[in-house]
Amino acid sequence: MSGRLEARHVTHTFGGLCAVDDFSLVLEPGELVGLIGPNGAGKTTVFNLITGVYRATRGSIRFDDIELVGRRPCRITACGIARTFQGIRLFKDLTVLDNVRIAHYAHMGYSQLEALFRAGRYHAEEDRIIGQSRELLEKFGLAPFTAELASSLPYGQQRRLEIARALATKPQLLLLDEPAAGMNPNEIAKLMEFIRWVQREYRLTVLLIEHQMRLVMGICERIQVLDFGATIAQGTPDEVRHTPRVLEAYLGPQ
Amino acid sequence: MRPLLQSRMARRVFLLTLVAVGLVLSWAVPNGDWVNQYIQMILVFIGINIILASSLNLVNGYMGEFSVGHAGFMAVGAYVSSILTFKVFHLLGPSPLFPVAILAGGLAAALCGLLVAFPSFRTRGDYLAIVTLAFLMIVKSVIENIPYLEGASGLFGMKRLTTLPWVYFWMVLTLWTIRNFVYSTYGRGILAIREDELAADLMGVNTRQVKVLVFVVSSFFAGVAGGLYAHYLQFISPRSFDILKSTDILIMVYLGGIASLGGSILGATLYQVLMEVLRPSTFNQAFAWLPAPLFQWLSDHVFSHLDIWRMMILPLLLVLVMLFRPRGIMGLKELPLFVPFRDIQEKPKPGPGGAP
Repeated sequence: MSGRLEARHVTHTFGGLCAVDDFSLVLEPGELVGLIGPNGAGKTTVFNLITGVYRATRGSIRFDDIELVGRRPCRITACGIARTFQGIRLFKDLTVLDNVRIAHYAHMGYSQLEALFRAGRYHAEEDRIIGQSRELLEKFGLAPFTAELASSLPYGQQRRLEIARALATKPQLLLLDEPAAGMNPNEIAKLMEFIRWVQREYRLTVLLIEHQMRLVMGICERIQVLDFGATIAQGTPDEVRHTPRVLEAYLGPQ
Repeated sequence: MRPLLQSRMARRVFLLTLVAVGLVLSWAVPNGDWVNQYIQMILVFIGINIILASSLNLVNGYMGEFSVGHAGFMAVGAYVSSILTFKVFHLLGPSPLFPVAILAGGLAAALCGLLVAFPSFRTRGDYLAIVTLAFLMIVKSVIENIPYLEGASGLFGMKRLTTLPWVYFWMVLTLWTIRNFVYSTYGRGILAIREDELAADLMGVNTRQVKVLVFVVSSFFAGVAGGLYAHYLQFISPRSFDILKSTDILIMVYLGGIASLGGSILGATLYQVLMEVLRPSTFNQAFAWLPAPLFQWLSDHVFSHLDIWRMMILPLLLVLVMLFRPRGIMGLKELPLFVPFRDIQEKPKPGPGGAP
């Protein structure tokens, strides 16, 4: 199928606190949508609900025809949803190549028994996985670092590697959690180009959480604004920019 | 070493030759009486220790969990294989069925591993340590209360079926299988679990399943080691497999280095050799050339205490290693020989990086 995400009336509470309240979102294949809102609005919680880190208290999240609520994260990833993290979460003590290689886990063509005895399809599949990983790193300009530890890369390269790792899971939907965190305007311009390139190259649907208005307004076709877990506005960047409730949420009551 | 790494074929031939030479040696040493019985015994124990340390390293080192129940799985393997050779197989005739008994001991231990792993890997953290500790105690009291197994007084009278070539065979098999697994993409997945379990899950690693599998494989080899141990000493009792035995294996793993087979070999060897060397008799022999009064004094006041102190020296050594090399002597580093050809990565040449 094509990769259509449909979240309907999703609510999530931590004890008494309602982190996400009646959240609905439809992502059509190929869209690039932004999810914005002040700190603590529940944006990352939405990502955690989609990817199965949390289980929604109420509501349904469907990806194509599959219900995601109640599935474990690795199963959801296998369906074709990949993400990056707000603070980078690479496997620091592993090499750059291994980081990408691990992301092939959901699509391995040999069994664990074959792994124990290096038998059967093991060799062909490992050659394929390592070959594809190298190819991906090449495309991302990380080829010179394949044997380096992930933690030894500079910050910008670590961000790139995180996206490369997410793509190695062969997603149709990519969730980016604040990819521009800690970047200057110059770097953000480059990042915008990069995200557009990734989306086109891999034919992805992208959902983006971001604080940097420049980035969101610049590349998103559609934006949804959260505040205290509730959706307070949605529409094109221009429509959202002029909604009074959005200004209020960001700047305080006028 | 370097030229050997260049071609896949050359490496394969070299490794196979090395393994074959080892096998011939393991046969020739006892049969040709090249070294005395005592040294032969140490070699057998080193081999068994390597099986124990490398299999525990799979769970505690590569995967980053903390199991203290390795001696329990060893006990299961020891008792199951002993019952088979001692009370069943001897009716059919002697030793040819010995490998079957060892295999059965390993499988029984693996089954116990499965039972322990299922509940304990649903949550993360110290839980596994507690569950494996409980398992260890359960195994001990179950054995103590089964008259058929001679209870607390222990089982003896098995034939000495464990020979150096057998130990060597099982040791190579253990190292080979574990090496195969950790360098597969599945194995890379367990390293990812150690680094960041949630991120691993989100990258598609079926953490629950692979953790159970790894634990079962680790238990299997502990069971094998138990069987070999029982058929060498010809005596086992519940007390041979208490928490102290588990602690010994933990020391080997953390001393040698986590996530390293070379480290486990080093740790297991170092442990056994130090335990043997730190005896009064060794020192009395080694320093006999000293002037008699000095020797007498040392012998009476220093060496004679070693029997007690050697139990403290190794844990102290471990504390020192943990302080200065928290991941063990070879932590996270592998002998180049053990790294499969496909996974040898050339270090990047110094120079400007090509990234945009």
